[in-house]
Amino acid sequence: MQIPAPFDYARATGVDDAIALLDRHGPESRIIAGGHSLLPMMKLRLARPEWLIDINDLYELDFLLVDKDKLRIGALTRHTALLESDDIARLFPIITDAEHVIADPVVRNRGTIGGSLCQADPAEDLSTVCDVLGAVAVVRGPNGDRMLTMSEFHRGPYETALAQNEILCELQFAIRPRTSSAYEKVERRVGDWAVAAAGASVTLAADGTIEEAAVGLTAIGLDGTVPDIDSTTRGQKPSEELFAEAGRLASLACDPVADQRGPIDYKRHLADELTRRVLRRASERAAQTQEG
Amino acid sequence: MTLIEEHPANPAAGDEDRPIGYGRLQRKEDPRFVRGKGHYIDDIVLPGMLHGAILRAPVAHARLVSIDTTEALARPKVLAVITGKDLEGLNLAWAPTLSADVQAVLVTDKVRFQGQEVAFVVAEDRYAARDALELIDVQYEVLPPVMNARKALDPDAPVIRDDIEGRTDNHIFDWSAGDEAEAAAVFAAADVVVSQEVVYPRVHPAPMETCGAVADFDPIDGKLTLYETTQAPHAHRTLFAMVAGIPEHKIRVVSPDIGGGFGNKVGIYPGYILAVVGSIVTGKPVKWVEDRSENLMSTSFARDYIMQGEIAATKDGTILGLRTQVLADHGAFNATAQPTKYPAGFFHIFTGSYDLKAAYCKVTGVYTNKAPGGVAYACSFRVTEAVYLVERMVDALARKLEMDPAELRLKNFIKPEQFPYANKTGWEYDSGDYEKTMRLSMEIAGYDELRREQKEKRARGELMGIGISFFTETVGAGPRKHMDIVGLGMADGAELRVHPTGKAVVRISVQSQGQGHETTFAQIVSEELGIPPEDIDVVHGDTDQTPFGLGTYGSRSTPVSGGAVALVARKVREKAKLIAAAMLETRPEDLEWEKGRWFVKGDPSVGKTIAEIALGAHGTVALPDGVDGNLDAEVTYDPPNLTFPYGAYICVVDVDPGTGHVKVRRFIAVDDCGTRINPMIIEGQVHGGLTDGVGMALMEIIEFDEDGNNLGGSFMDYLIPTAMEVPTWETGFTVTPSPHHPIGAKGIGESATVGSPPAIVNAVIDALAPYGVTSIDMPCTPARVWAAMQGHATPPI
Repeated sequence: MQIPAPFDYARATGVDDAIALLDRHGPESRIIAGGHSLLPMMKLRLARPEWLIDINDLYELDFLLVDKDKLRIGALTRHTALLESDDIARLFPIITDAEHVIADPVVRNRGTIGGSLCQADPAEDLSTVCDVLGAVAVVRGPNGDRMLTMSEFHRGPYETALAQNEILCELQFAIRPRTSSAYEKVERRVGDWAVAAAGASVTLAADGTIEEAAVGLTAIGLDGTVPDIDSTTRGQKPSEELFAEAGRLASLACDPVADQRGPIDYKRHLADELTRRVLRRASERAAQTQEG
Repeated sequence: MTLIEEHPANPAAGDEDRPIGYGRLQRKEDPRFVRGKGHYIDDIVLPGMLHGAILRAPVAHARLVSIDTTEALARPKVLAVITGKDLEGLNLAWAPTLSADVQAVLVTDKVRFQGQEVAFVVAEDRYAARDALELIDVQYEVLPPVMNARKALDPDAPVIRDDIEGRTDNHIFDWSAGDEAEAAAVFAAADVVVSQEVVYPRVHPAPMETCGAVADFDPIDGKLTLYETTQAPHAHRTLFAMVAGIPEHKIRVVSPDIGGGFGNKVGIYPGYILAVVGSIVTGKPVKWVEDRSENLMSTSFARDYIMQGEIAATKDGTILGLRTQVLADHGAFNATAQPTKYPAGFFHIFTGSYDLKAAYCKVTGVYTNKAPGGVAYACSFRVTEAVYLVERMVDALARKLEMDPAELRLKNFIKPEQFPYANKTGWEYDSGDYEKTMRLSMEIAGYDELRREQKEKRARGELMGIGISFFTETVGAGPRKHMDIVGLGMADGAELRVHPTGKAVVRISVQSQGQGHETTFAQIVSEELGIPPEDIDVVHGDTDQTPFGLGTYGSRSTPVSGGAVALVARKVREKAKLIAAAMLETRPEDLEWEKGRWFVKGDPSVGKTIAEIALGAHGTVALPDGVDGNLDAEVTYDPPNLTFPYGAYICVVDVDPGTGHVKVRRFIAVDDCGTRINPMIIEGQVHGGLTDGVGMALMEIIEFDEDGNNLGGSFMDYLIPTAMEVPTWETGFTVTPSPHHPIGAKGIGESATVGSPPAIVNAVIDALAPYGVTSIDMPCTPARVWAAMQGHATPPI
């Protein structure tokens, strides 16, 4: 049994209570939701919070609904709920694709979308997904709510714009016509962190050309989406040549490090290969949306 | 797809289907395991029990400058902090290993691997013990580590074992088998010689339950009861008596339910000794259970063999000879559990399943700044490495000759009429019909159809590979005259008592770690005596309750203890015959046996069942002279030879050309383990071993960086396979009993782990043939496969 350093524990009764607890216990207090990143780090004593604020009773943060032209997902929504949602599979298949390859069922039953984003692990899949989809984060603190774009929310590896006494409440995704998306990951084994992964979203114009496209990369050193993908693909018909050019851009944009999962040249190659695959699949799906 | 159609749909459905003797039978031990009622080391709670925790070295090689335990000792709930200096006072700082070396229990002079034991805290609870570790102040003078075995013998390499007087290098041993000159002559005359480096990287057995112990020393009567995770309770007791100076009759070793061993629980770890010391020092029971990282970083690893192989053949594909030079990385202490005469274990079974003119191997063992060990799943005493080498080399030859690898194997197998077969390195293979097993495997696989499919896929740029491995193991060590571990002959005992009501208890010296001994051994007695398996209790794992024997590893339980149990049952049967004769007022030679009963020849209606005879033995029947009033017996079985299970494995993989990701699509395993006692348990063993093989072939490796940091210290970094990585196993079998074994059984525990990695790697290489790939080393991770496709494959070590 791996034993964490001593800590105290409080169970929040509501969002405002959670915020008050964070305020009271200060910088060494941490929110715990699914705990599948935080607890292993604590057991290895890489993380040593003095207080854990448990938000698992905050059912008001566990929802998933289509609200006019938006999909709204509460921060405490479990991965399994995302994986099993028909609305998500129809509107944002990139989320379904990603959830299929996030960890394993045990982790997915417990882990939450909010936890994934707040952990901000560079190898975390949903951060890339939210980047690609241009999600908006709803964050609440003692002074009320604020809305953050993903580029505002993400500050870098393991770092977000959340103040110590703020919590992530919700993520919002704009629903757009003739749009679809895809995600693909290479891993050494199911449940391992990605060697590399890529996600893409494509919106087609009525004439079948690309109106808007975005590609994000996971675990290979890219914040936000791949620059120039949108300008390169806009107005172009989806084609293998176009996907190859996008792949080239992705492999140039990433900045991977060599580790046990692979050397730099391989990871750059994967940026290229996976970018082509996800753009191809997203374009095909978007075309089907159009037909449908 | 197990060939389920050959078996009843529900293997232990109704009583009428339940075998009396051999056959498919659900495991007797499973009700307690599936209901969470197993009783493991960590379930043991004794009155007043304290908890220990080990402080481990953060670096791989460093001189110990000082240890200050003041602050840790001052912490509430902490009762003792034990250091190497304290152990020196007790003459316990160093303990003998199983390979004629010594190992530090706690560091006294120098740290020799990352994770080595530095101090031991005993506290009232495990939290306090763990927290106190951070309060021990240790000063180290860091030294350059030796992490690359290839450089361990360089003249300027730091000397790791300066504790050994006169030691000026990191060389442990050179050992060879076979005739070097004969091999040289055969190779010189051969049409074709293929050379290839084959690396079996360091992996870890990673049992679900980590290692641990509860030591309970009674200061009044001087008796030590030691509960520990051990595969060999009797050998441990004897070694503890030798090391700790506690008389052997005052030591009781209990090995309760064990959550997987795989060789990881053969040796005596410092933690066990420290729990004992902690109990002696505090006068209370002390529990120590390591955490997952401790298990991965400090306990016995497996493999770490760099093998330079050569195979010689005629141009028409007759294999003439094999030879190899091996560099064996044994870590900081030589702590492998090998029979004394064999420092490289049974590696000289590397001649495989083939009829060779010559063979020669030379193994050089070296020290490095890594955790010691070397016996682990399936250690089978280095058979794993040997099989991997020969099966990779045969495939390399097939590629060179442009021959089908199945055809090349079929052409060179030892023929059935050549058994018993004396190979070129000193083994006598007991029995085999290799071609039959190979052909069955090819039939289940649809081998020709697979090759056709592969051809079509290649034309479309798809990468499909078919890999074969035909392995022969040497297990069941072994004859006492040749084999011992630290002087203890590798025999095993069995005691059998039939109670007055005809129920029985059999006591064995081997210890299950999940193999199903409580079922298998009951079935052996059942087959011999006709008592239903559920009426036979199997007692094991407690030195106060069982006869002496060397324990469970190297697939030796059924070959050795299984033989002992069959013989003890036969001894009881013969005694039952004498008693039955007395009861029936006839002569023993007039009786005939049918399963469960002696009856009068020519008059089957007149007879006595075992239960009736047992009651007679314990009752008032007038017994013949020299027959005691019981139905008990005991034996110690010294096997005349080892057994040689074998199998034909075929693996089909698909490789993603864009990412290098390998998917094992199909795996066909046809095993011949001789007589099959419980086919259901055999299939379970095979499924587990094959899964482990996928792990080693595709993902498992304990790597180190050049500073000596272990990069596989948690399950986040050390990957073991899941159900997602394995296909539905397709198993089959042939039965070629061992002629010298009492029941013809050969052992199955490690076959699949030994046999599967070469099949998978051969399949990956075959898939990559369009890229000109001729070799790749494990683990075949996506990155390593892609590198091979780019023409720059590198060895993992």
